[in-house]
Amino acid sequence: MSRHEHLERSIPSTSSDPTAEVTVTINGVTLTRQVSTRMLLSDFIRHGLRLTGTHVGCEHGVCGACTIMIDGRAARSCLTFAVQADGAEIRTIESEEKDDGTLSALQQAFQECHGLQCGYCTPGMIMNIRSHFDSGEELDLSDDGIRELISGNLCRCTGYANIVKAVRRAAELTGRA
Amino acid sequence: MAAAGDELRMWRNFQRRARFFRPDVGECRVKPPLFDYLVARSSDEAIRLLSDNPGAMILAGGQSLIPAMNFRLASPSALIDISRIAALKSIDIVDGNVRVGAAVKHRDLEQSDAAFAVNPLMRTALHYVAHVPIRNRGTTVGSLCHADAAAEMPMILLLSDGWVMAEGPNGQRKIPAAEFFEFHMTTTREADEMIVSATFPALPSGAGYAFAEFARRKGDYAVAAVGAILECDLDGRVAAARLAACGIASRPIRLFDVEASLVGANLSDAEIDAAGELAKEAVTAPDDANATTAYRQHLLASLTRRVIREASEKVRKG
Repeated sequence: MSRHEHLERSIPSTSSDPTAEVTVTINGVTLTRQVSTRMLLSDFIRHGLRLTGTHVGCEHGVCGACTIMIDGRAARSCLTFAVQADGAEIRTIESEEKDDGTLSALQQAFQECHGLQCGYCTPGMIMNIRSHFDSGEELDLSDDGIRELISGNLCRCTGYANIVKAVRRAAELTGRA
Repeated sequence: MAAAGDELRMWRNFQRRARFFRPDVGECRVKPPLFDYLVARSSDEAIRLLSDNPGAMILAGGQSLIPAMNFRLASPSALIDISRIAALKSIDIVDGNVRVGAAVKHRDLEQSDAAFAVNPLMRTALHYVAHVPIRNRGTTVGSLCHADAAAEMPMILLLSDGWVMAEGPNGQRKIPAAEFFEFHMTTTREADEMIVSATFPALPSGAGYAFAEFARRKGDYAVAAVGAILECDLDGRVAAARLAACGIASRPIRLFDVEASLVGANLSDAEIDAAGELAKEAVTAPDDANATTAYRQHLLASLTRRVIREASEKVRKG
């Protein structure tokens, strides 16, 4: 047994970046790309597809800034490799704007209620809230219920009060209240 | 005509902007270390790949593994993606117990009414596992294999007296929860084995159950958490008690002394207080950034009292 067996075990079979082919449907557009297997989905979206609306904060799943929707469910794009999304349907904040360029009900509610200040957390907030709105589940629109719903997204500006208002306003605008 | 100094400044500005607009030029923008990515189409294939690739790790949801790789705390030679194996995605009721496949997401288990009917503790505890976007991708079996000493689901498996099924080149073996969790992030799984399922047994009929946790922020790992399953006889005395805790030792642990003290008890305030005091002895975690040992003891006593009261309210006598 080699003295360095524990080191040898972690050596990959190649020293060049292995790539894989990935086909994703992003905001309704189906694309096929060759990506490095260790490319995070957040980096693929921002740098590979130049969709820079998805923000990257902590890159280890705590802040929620990079939240997108994968197959209709909110997920952290920084905790997913692009190769894992092969065949998936992805929605990012860019899908929120309507075709005529006007804001979606969620975006409008954030604007009306001043639910953002610097705006860094907003794309992740909106995609997380969107997944709850679209899932058809019953929404708990009490203060506690909304705070629970957005608990996975950190905001360092607003103190959350206006985001809570914005979620309630969005529910009114979409007839969910 | 710009002065020489100005021209240099303009070049620098141009280069800075060029780098911004062409971010892929000359820059490495990956966080995780190099690895081979292998997709397994069946659990047999995954086990074969695991044997063929020393240093490989199984990737299911990746919600613990990918952050560890982003920090380069983990550097597997290869990742074997099992998330596309349909056979591992099912939640089955087998012999009245809930069997959870290795690729079942936390969120699917949380929302499974069939699983809730058999063992409601799972849904109660899953609510405390991180946040919905994490539970949407993270798997329950993955969390068991990651074996964080403060994680909720390993403790629930231990509390429910469940087991995992390990499969390797030499076939399957059943590992009871009491023998599976060895230390923080360490299990008795062999390097060439994959955990293909976990089984959470049904709660005894009529049993009361409760789960309570203290964490500094919603969704964080527990500073301390306790679960309880109580059965009472017709007189309202405790006939059987099971308690387990996490966050307070190097692995999830059963509170055997507390269990023994409760059998035959009427659950008077004095008895419950005494049980809380007994629970303190189980704390072995040293002081850390979250809490001191003394504070964990205080939390564990308080949470123990709370789960005993809550579980006893849910008991159907007899």
